[in-house]
Order: sequence, then structure tokens, then C-alpha cells
Amino acid sequence: MKTIQFREAICEAMSEEMRRDESVYLMGEEVAEYNGAYKASKGMLDEFGAKRVIDTPIAELGFAGIAIGSTMTGNRPIVEYMTFNFSLVGIDQIISNAAKIRQMSGGQFKCPIVFRGPTASAGQLGATHSQAFESWFANTPGLKVVVPSNPYDAKGLLKAAIRDDDPVIFMESEQMYGDKGEVPEGEYIIPLGVADIKREGTDVTIVSFGKIIKEAYKAADELEKEGISCEIIDLRTVRPMDRKAIVESVKKTNRLVVLEEAWPFGNVATEITYLIQSEAFDYLDAPVVRINTADTPAPYSPVLLEEWLPNHEDVIKAVKKVLYK
Amino acid sequence: MQKITKEVYLKWYEDMLFWRKFEDKLAAVYIQQKVRGFLHLYNGQEAVLAGALHAMDLTKDKMITAYRNHVQPIGMGVDPNRVMAELYGKVTGTSHGMGGSMHIFSKEFRFYGGHGIVGGQIPLGAGIAFGDKYHGVDGVTLCCFGDGAARQGSLHETFNLAMLWNLPVVFVCENNGYAMGTSVERTANHTEIWKLGLGYDMPCGPVDGMNPVKVAEAFDEAITRARTGGGPTFLELKTYRYRGHSMSDAQHYRTKSEVEEYKKIDPITQVKEIILDKKYASEEDIKVIDKRVKERVAECEKFAEESPFPEKQQLYDMVYEQEDYPFIQHKL
Repeated sequence: MKTIQFREAICEAMSEEMRRDESVYLMGEEVAEYNGAYKASKGMLDEFGAKRVIDTPIAELGFAGIAIGSTMTGNRPIVEYMTFNFSLVGIDQIISNAAKIRQMSGGQFKCPIVFRGPTASAGQLGATHSQAFESWFANTPGLKVVVPSNPYDAKGLLKAAIRDDDPVIFMESEQMYGDKGEVPEGEYIIPLGVADIKREGTDVTIVSFGKIIKEAYKAADELEKEGISCEIIDLRTVRPMDRKAIVESVKKTNRLVVLEEAWPFGNVATEITYLIQSEAFDYLDAPVVRINTADTPAPYSPVLLEEWLPNHEDVIKAVKKVLYK
Repeated sequence: MQKITKEVYLKWYEDMLFWRKFEDKLAAVYIQQKVRGFLHLYNGQEAVLAGALHAMDLTKDKMITAYRNHVQPIGMGVDPNRVMAELYGKVTGTSHGMGGSMHIFSKEFRFYGGHGIVGGQIPLGAGIAFGDKYHGVDGVTLCCFGDGAARQGSLHETFNLAMLWNLPVVFVCENNGYAMGTSVERTANHTEIWKLGLGYDMPCGPVDGMNPVKVAEAFDEAITRARTGGGPTFLELKTYRYRGHSMSDAQHYRTKSEVEEYKKIDPITQVKEIILDKKYASEEDIKVIDKRVKERVAECEKFAEESPFPEKQQLYDMVYEQEDYPFIQHKL
């Protein structure tokens, strides 16, 4: 094993896949000469050249569409968005083209493409730069949505995403790129659609994904001191969701808290809550509690941002609520 | 470009007439409610397709267009039976009934759709060309759209990128005068759409889109430029559609006399007159062609009528390449 940063895990995954398959290229703003806005493509221009590591102007719609079009003539592009907040100006290309071409063409064309970049909030960036669209993309048949939470998962999942023959939305976080973690020296792949039990426990199930899961770890550490055992499930892939893993865990613990950094209306937590009342109703000892951001745009002021964003104290409160403590 | 011979004129006449009658048949069966959804017909614009196909190398060149897209794949080689069946929603259709009128595709004949979002296909067309350039294929992509799409941001982002990356693509604006019910004059403070290319230093110009010879010559120059590394061209084809934007269009935005004026320069009539003038064929020969076209269209209708609808399972088979994708169950 070796210890690397999250950004290095992303870089290794992309570089290994580009060595393996000539049809893979990386395209996006600042990915080449600048080495990536968050240095996730450091050194890749030097290794692969300007044909395969391609700087773009600020034209998210245009380069998303060109990348999607190139899948129809044999490419497997990786498109980097500096943040998924910027994907909105190109979202028609993702929703109406990438997610639809296979179905509309009756299976004639596939669309093997990865759109990747950071999602959700990253400090005091204000309303336009703090949005989490996992549930928007996951709502769309034709797409897959992956949200890793550590370097090991990021590398294995990104390699799987690049090899996948369907379009994949791969969402990272500005606040995770510096996180360190162990990864194997050799190659490994983590299949999409499989959740990971990050901690086993017996009293309550906490389901989460992405960087916010770290608040669940902190909460579980504190709750352990009080004798409360939390099982933490990292979805890793939001679509398709590993429904079996969630249901099985809830059947064991009988209590569920869902932690998701997103607005509350119709989000991933809502979907999980529906799933559990449908599949494990008789196993529940308490109503499901979800923890999301406030139902408002993200604020700038630090005091308000703290109020807006879920934290480990919210998780502790939620766990105690489902335990009636 | 191959010379425009007697055989070419005769082929143009038969092809264009077939496309016209194919669309007329669709209008008829639409009224009978055998074909549903939106239906956008190509009547009047046939010279653009005929001229383009003459200049293309159909062994490697590609085409993508918007939702007025029934006859282009036929011109490129797709069996018209299968296009008609697609509109009937039948399993024998080009997309097995998944796409319908606005979404005809043929990978085999390099027709890349069939796109329902105005201007959404413009970057895809440049991307298809990007893929060809990446892989060293010397095909050229014709990226077609209407005058309405020329006002979308996607056009401008794509023009910039296609020039920046010197992509082998020809951008084709089929200006038929109206974006649904809004005339070109009412969509911008200028009406010469081809001039949009000037801002990107892209070779560009207007073309008489009612005359297949003029069209073929313009496309030949543009395709040759793209194939020899000269990058994109933007052509504005001045054309006209006789029917409404779609079948539900009452056409209050124009006069009947305007439509009649354009019918005087109808591309099929123009080609027929040349054939008769130059004695490439007699009136009797023309009647034989007309009969053949009528019979072929009837055959398409019969094939579509008699084809089966898809099995319900097909709903789930077309979305993902992954064979065991775990769809959420939606019915009890």
C-alpha cells in the first residue's frame, strides 16, 4: 500500500486508463497547461500531449457536446468541470444527449463518457458555488452517478467509470482533494453500484456519500463513547443505488439516519426514505430521519453557513432521535 | 465532385420526388392517427439534401441534423421501410420504435440523428468530426440545423471550438424562413445568417437552396476544404418549407401567395424541366418514374402497417449498455 492524496488518486486513475486505451482523452478548463484547477491532472499534458489532454475555453455547453459527439465516432472522453456548478450551462447536453442517445437510437450508439469535477459546498463560496446536484443527475435514466468519499474509492471507482460503456457523472469535492489515504500499489477496480459498509454497528444505520460522510464518522466516534454503535454505509454510487445493502442494514439495526449535503426537497435521502418504508416498514423502530442542508441557497457569512450545512452534531441529534434518547 | 450528368439529374428527380411523396404519405397517415407525436416535413427543402449527397463521399462522410429528419437517412442509404416503421412505433423501425419522428438514427449509414432540442445537435456534429480527426479518419461531418437554431448559444460555442481545433465539419443552416412561426426578420437585427461565420474567421456564404446544382457546388468546396485540413465552413442554404413547422401549425404567420411564389422555383419542378429541356427523358419516362415512386411509398406504408409493435421488455433494454441495470420497479 501507499499513501496518496485524493487528487493523486484521480490523476492515477485517469493516467492508467489513458495508457490502457488510446480512445480515452481528458478535456476541460485548465486541465492541461495549468495542470488542473485543483491539480488533479498534474503531469498529464507532459505524458500524453495536447492531443489527449485538452484545454478548453470557458464554454461548458460546447465542449460537453463535442465530447458527447466524439463518443459516436469511437472516443471515451473524460470531461472535467471545474465544478458541477458550471455544468448547468451545459446540462442540456448531458440530459438530452448523453443520457438519451442510446435509447433514442434503439441501442445503435452507446455513450461511454465521464463527466467529473467537484460538487457541493467548499467553504464560503456563496450561493452559486455551493450546490449539490447529485439528485438532479440521479433522477435521469441513462446516467450513472458516482460520489466517492476517499482516495481508495475514488481511484477504483473512477477507473470503473472510465471503462463503463454508459455515461457516468463522477462527483468529487474541492475539500477532499488534499485528503490522504492508502491505495494498493497495483491496479484495482471498484465496481459501480456497490455500497461499502465503512463501519459496522448494531444500533443505527447511517447512510451517506461524498465528503459529508466525514461528519458521520465524527458523530459515530462520539456516540461510541456513550455506548451507541453506528453502522455507516457509504453509497459510493448514487445511481444505480445499492438498495439491498441499505435494506439489509436497516433490517439489522431497525433505525435509519440519512446524511446528504443537498437541499431537502426530492433528494437522494428522500429516495432512500421511500425505499425503507416500502421494503423494511415492519423492521423500523422509529421514523427515518434525514439530515440535509437548509432549504435555502447557501449563504456567505460564516455563522449562517454553519447553520446551513449539516455537521456531526446534527448527526448525533438525529441518531439520538431515532433511538428515543 | 462527380460531374452532374443526365444520370444525376434523373436520380435527383426520382430521389426528391420520393422524399416529397414519402412526407406526403406521412402527413396522410398522421391525419389518420397512425403516426403520432410531432411531425416535421421536409417538403420544399429537397434540393439541399440532393446537392449535399452528390458532394459527399457516402463511404465515410457523416450527417447530423435536427428533427426534420425523415428523408436524410433515406438519402444516405437507409431502407425507407424502416424509417416509415419508426414513425409507426414499430419494432422494425430504425430505432425499434424508441425514437419516433424526431429521432431517426443509422450507425450503419453514418446518419447521427435526428435531434429534438433546437441547436442541441450542433456541438454533437463538431464532436463527431472531432472523433474522426482524433482517429485519423478523413470523413467530413455535415452538421445541419435550421434558422431558429442559429440563435442558440450552442452554435456560437461550437463555431469557436470547431475553428480553434480545426475540425473537419461543414455547418449547414437550412434557412427556410421561419423558426416555427417566427420569421428570420423577427429573431435578430440582421437576416444574413451566413455572416455569423465572419466573427469566427470561418469561411462562409449564402447558397441558393432551391437549386441542387448550386448546392452541390457549394458543398463540394466546403467538404474538400474540411477533408484537406482546411477546417470548418458555414453555409446558409436559402430554402423554403411548404408545409407548416409541424402538422399542428395553422400557418397564420405567412400568406398563401408567398408559398405559391416559392413553388414556382420548386426544386423538383426545376430538375424536371431541365430533364425535359435537355431531352434526358420523355414525359412518358417521367410517368414511369412517378409510378415507381408511388409504388415504393405504398410499399413503405404496407411494411410499417404490417410490422409488429415492440415487446414491453424493450422499454428496459435500450437505456443502458449494462445488461443487468437494476431499474426501479414502477408498477405493482
